[in-house]
Amino acid sequence: MKELKPITVNVDELLAVNKFTPDEENAHIELSCEDYSELDDVEFGKLVRVCPAGLYKQHEDGSRSFDYAGCLECGTCRICCEATIVKKWEQPQPFMGVEYRFG
Amino acid sequence: MALEERDFDVIVVGAGCAGASAAYTAAKLGKSVLVIERGESAGVKNMTGGRLYAHSLRDMFKKYEGEDFDLDGDNPFERRIAHERICLLDAQGAMTIDYTSDKLGVAGQDSYAVLPTKLDAWLCEKAEDAGCEMIFGIPVEELLKDEASNVIGVRAGEDEMTAQVVIVAEGQNSLLTERFLGAKRPATNEMAVGIKEVFELPAKDIESRFLCMPGEGAAQLWVGDCTKGNVGGGFMYTNEDTISLGLVATIKELSESDTTIYQMMEDFKNHPAVAPIIAGAKMVEHSGHMVSEGGANMTPQLVHGGALVCGDAAMLCMNLGYQVRGMDLAIASGQMAAEAACAAIDAEDVSAAGLAGYKTAMDGSFVMKDLNTFKKWPATMEHWDRMFTEYPKMVVEIFDSMFVVDGKPQLPLMKRIMPIVKQRGLVKLGKEVLAAIKAL
Repeated sequence: MKELKPITVNVDELLAVNKFTPDEENAHIELSCEDYSELDDVEFGKLVRVCPAGLYKQHEDGSRSFDYAGCLECGTCRICCEATIVKKWEQPQPFMGVEYRFG
Repeated sequence: MALEERDFDVIVVGAGCAGASAAYTAAKLGKSVLVIERGESAGVKNMTGGRLYAHSLRDMFKKYEGEDFDLDGDNPFERRIAHERICLLDAQGAMTIDYTSDKLGVAGQDSYAVLPTKLDAWLCEKAEDAGCEMIFGIPVEELLKDEASNVIGVRAGEDEMTAQVVIVAEGQNSLLTERFLGAKRPATNEMAVGIKEVFELPAKDIESRFLCMPGEGAAQLWVGDCTKGNVGGGFMYTNEDTISLGLVATIKELSESDTTIYQMMEDFKNHPAVAPIIAGAKMVEHSGHMVSEGGANMTPQLVHGGALVCGDAAMLCMNLGYQVRGMDLAIASGQMAAEAACAAIDAEDVSAAGLAGYKTAMDGSFVMKDLNTFKKWPATMEHWDRMFTEYPKMVVEIFDSMFVVDGKPQLPLMKRIMPIVKQRGLVKLGKEVLAAIKAL
């Protein structure tokens, strides 16, 4: 795995143009440890690279975060890591999640 | 043997191109049909690049609406693609081929930029007019089975509904085929992730930027620096008053690369050859979707007792580098699945053997024929690293050597070009191109 070059774009600003109905009660994606720092470095690094919503973040101070709220429901993280650190991947609950206006 | 009592003849999971086409066809053949779509309305959970080659849509409606059916007055299209552009991109430069021809406009050979919220809604309206029932907003979580493991219905939330045949058209991220129909999870080198942004731009600006008449538009593909040399490429389709611009990158290589997919998208938008396309345009949507890249090698089992799989859920996608197709395959497969389901119901045998007509029809159609013709291409492309790195650079260097004039005495053209080509190995280059041509 190559080292990541600096990230210059604020992906959260890109997601802010989308229409979402976040389901705060139910996480439709769960990782294998609740403490993300315990997750395998390589596997978490893959998720950082492949998620088009940038939901998996490796911060400069070494900490990690993951928020399913901006999920585009593409399933890429599932294909990438369901065998390793993505423990649960379900479709969001009825009437929840992303709602494309163009698609 | 008589069929058992069920709530519906056919339940279709998913109301995209494949599902809506299946539902429409089954309803036209007189069957009771329920469509269950997880989006709150048609298309809102769907994403495409995207362009639809119209032939299979035309054929389906001609068959069921009559030979007079045409798309002139009533259609879900954005713009007819009149220009095909292919672009090799290095870090600073680009070399673009622009092809246009009357042949791209002939009915049956025509293709259109589309957006799913409009296309899927239009197809669903046709299915509803034909008599389908629709449930929106609820994901199907389970395929219900009898003791013999034949599919007999679906569970969505608390509700269980049964059908003689379930047609699974839930798209590329197909949880149902993996969890209930024994399909293997696609490998990371067989799947790509697509990232796309939609930009608002007045129609007249689109027409002037792409040299198109009103109602016409362009499709463009990029290879090279857009994916930082990883397997994949860029795409652009002109809609009526928006532009769809995005990237596709194979998950395996991307997951080990030095750039995240959304940073690639940012750099792509800022590339000097790309930025003018969207200059002054407002970004109004940021989306993601997977694309299967494995071709015929990754088609799952299509026919099961009581269930058929079609569209993206059956991994029916073709990426030839210069030509990307999925929706025309989805529509045709949905139609064929519904026709086979209806024939099996009429014959009172919805076992896998009774439904086998779907596979026979698919094998005999352009869908599997085309996928099989290009069976070797996905592996060839995957291992042709230099197509995504050295070749775009080489081509831009050749054109630099032809067009950059700085007043210094020039060498003859051959002496300028040959070192650029030789640097990449003339024999190796010849071999690689020949291998690619063979696979295409």
